[in-house]
Amino acid sequence: MHTKTINNNIGISAENGIVYPSKIMLDLVDLKKVYPTPKGDYVVLKDLNLQVMKGEFVTIIGHSGCGKTTMLSMIAGLNAISGGNISVLGKQIKGPGPDRGVIFQSPSLMPWMTSLQNVLLGVNQVFPHATKTQRTDIAKYYLQKVGLESAFHKKASELSQGMQQRVGIARAFAIKPKVLLLDEPFGMLDSLTRGELQDILIEIWNKEKITAVMITHDVDEAIFLADRVVMMTSGPEAKIGDTLNIDFERPRTRKAILEHDNYYKYRKHLIDFLEH
Amino acid sequence: MKQSIALGKLTKFMGSGFLGTLKSIFTGKIEKEDFKNFLRKVMVPIASILIFIGLWHMGAKSLYTIEANYKIEKALSEQGQQAADAMKACIASGDVSCQPNTLPSPAQVWASYKTLLQDHYAIRANKKAFKEKTATINAERLAEGKNPITYTGRPSFVDQILTSLKTVFAGFLLAFIIAVPIGIVIGLSKTLRSSANWLIQIFKPVSPVVWLLLVFMIVKTLTKDSQSDSAFIISFISVGLCAMWPTLVNTAMGVASVDKDYINVAKVLKLGTFKKVYQVILPSSLPLIFTGLRITLSVSWMVLIAIELLAQSPGLGSFVWEEFQNGAIDSNSKIIVAMFVIGGIGFLLDRMMLTIQNMVSFNKNDGV
Ligand SMILES: Nc1ncnc2c1ncn2[C@@H]1O[C@H](COP(=O)(O)OP(=O)(O)O)[C@@H](O)[C@H]1O
Ligand SMILES: [Mg+2]
Repeated sequence: MHTKTINNNIGISAENGIVYPSKIMLDLVDLKKVYPTPKGDYVVLKDLNLQVMKGEFVTIIGHSGCGKTTMLSMIAGLNAISGGNISVLGKQIKGPGPDRGVIFQSPSLMPWMTSLQNVLLGVNQVFPHATKTQRTDIAKYYLQKVGLESAFHKKASELSQGMQQRVGIARAFAIKPKVLLLDEPFGMLDSLTRGELQDILIEIWNKEKITAVMITHDVDEAIFLADRVVMMTSGPEAKIGDTLNIDFERPRTRKAILEHDNYYKYRKHLIDFLEH
Repeated sequence: MKQSIALGKLTKFMGSGFLGTLKSIFTGKIEKEDFKNFLRKVMVPIASILIFIGLWHMGAKSLYTIEANYKIEKALSEQGQQAADAMKACIASGDVSCQPNTLPSPAQVWASYKTLLQDHYAIRANKKAFKEKTATINAERLAEGKNPITYTGRPSFVDQILTSLKTVFAGFLLAFIIAVPIGIVIGLSKTLRSSANWLIQIFKPVSPVVWLLLVFMIVKTLTKDSQSDSAFIISFISVGLCAMWPTLVNTAMGVASVDKDYINVAKVLKLGTFKKVYQVILPSSLPLIFTGLRITLSVSWMVLIAIELLAQSPGLGSFVWEEFQNGAIDSNSKIIVAMFVIGGIGFLLDRMMLTIQNMVSFNKNDGV
């Protein structure tokens, strides 16, 4: 059913013999999640189907508690799948791995490490054959990209929330994942810092074009960042309710978007969905 | 300026603003707030020490009177008026043979402290003389492959302290070597944790005396025909076994309760077990491990005295015991000197651990 929406471009064939459209990076098929509770099983997600194209930036909105985090952590491999399957480039995922980088809601940096060490933790893991200088250069490059050139050797615990999340962004991009998963990464920041970080994120993303799936509860953020906004229905048994293509050209500026006629159309669409 | 910041940091690490306040007095920068601090942090402690010594003095005095009166009355009822008068005179004269044996006064304790110190200097001089005298003989004996002649005289009070410190550090090290690795392993595995739990719960409350006896049984057999110092071995192993439990429990707890976010990061990055333990789990549980080690060290010091006393191995414990059995006129005050020394060293050891603990904790507000 969902293949209809895709411009079929047959290419990569997966190990299991199924032929996948080469442009699909991430494929969720009939995904199901059941949490056992004392009052019986709670079906959070059911028959959830979603495909994300290579290089696409998808934002996900939905009511709180509908299962967004559950879905994202399943893609990350940190949460077991109850039914259906998830594949990356046609290959079914097995547990977590650095091909799916995660930016968590809380920065989750090791507070005893410097920002450089935090980024290096991932870089060392992903580029084991590079020299030490090369790895340090990679880490420093991404820290510079997020505006932390003066804080390489600051302990993570000494950084502000916003700065910590910048390190989180650098860490995620530096391991060059196939898919980047972001779970309300700016939800805990004040609106000014949030705007700054959105700009940083989109700037670095414009360069790297890493396929991204980002959960947000901020409609404007969803529109500003995304190629496509995916709306989830309310749980239980949540699924994808609607999707909205955002046809603003990139690179985008906040100002240009706010002045665009479509902006209010998109906004209304999303708010109407959330209010029903 | 930089130095004063460092000093401030140090005093904060040491957990008291006392030095800082003293410093501001000497630099002459006393403001109203400083003056209040001065009262609270310098005058109040000094006053409380003085009150303590005063109460002690009066208490000792009244105990002395009770004991003296009892002696006189006993002499009166058993031997009559003349004996009672003689006893009274004898006590008043300060004669050693008839002094009431009770809680010594602060002055007596101070005197004993000085005696012990002089004794130490004398013994040290003796040792030195002995060493010089035997230097040539020992060199010859060594050349012939014989054991050198060693000093076998009585150890001084300071020697006993050093022996005790040696034992407590050996015990602490043993506790560290056993408890931290086991704690890590137990903390990592839920299955191991539940299977080791009953064992820990049972062994944790076992008294030092029982550990000592157990170690005694084993070491006695193992060191039967070796030259090793079995008293030392027995006491430090007992100390280690007694004191390791808080470290074991805290390490396991620290490792088991690492923030889930950090574990998720490790999972996403696919860190190997070794890297995961060394770069994520251990650093994040260090504060708890050090809290455990701090308790372990203070427990070590506390049980050490009892163990030395029972094992008759040299150290402060046996010093106390020997003085108690000795029953000389200044034995009681020497015991009290030992008490203060034990308390003081215990306090210093704890401060030392607290300082280290504050240095390793990444959360600035941790650890008090
Ligand atoms: N480990 C769990 N066990 C049981 N129920 C859970 C668990 N995690 C989440 N839930 C429930 O699943 C639902 C979806 O949670 P979540 O994915 O966090 O929602 P969202 O991120 O959309 O706010 C919620 O009702 C939540 O209470
Ligand atoms: Mg959530």
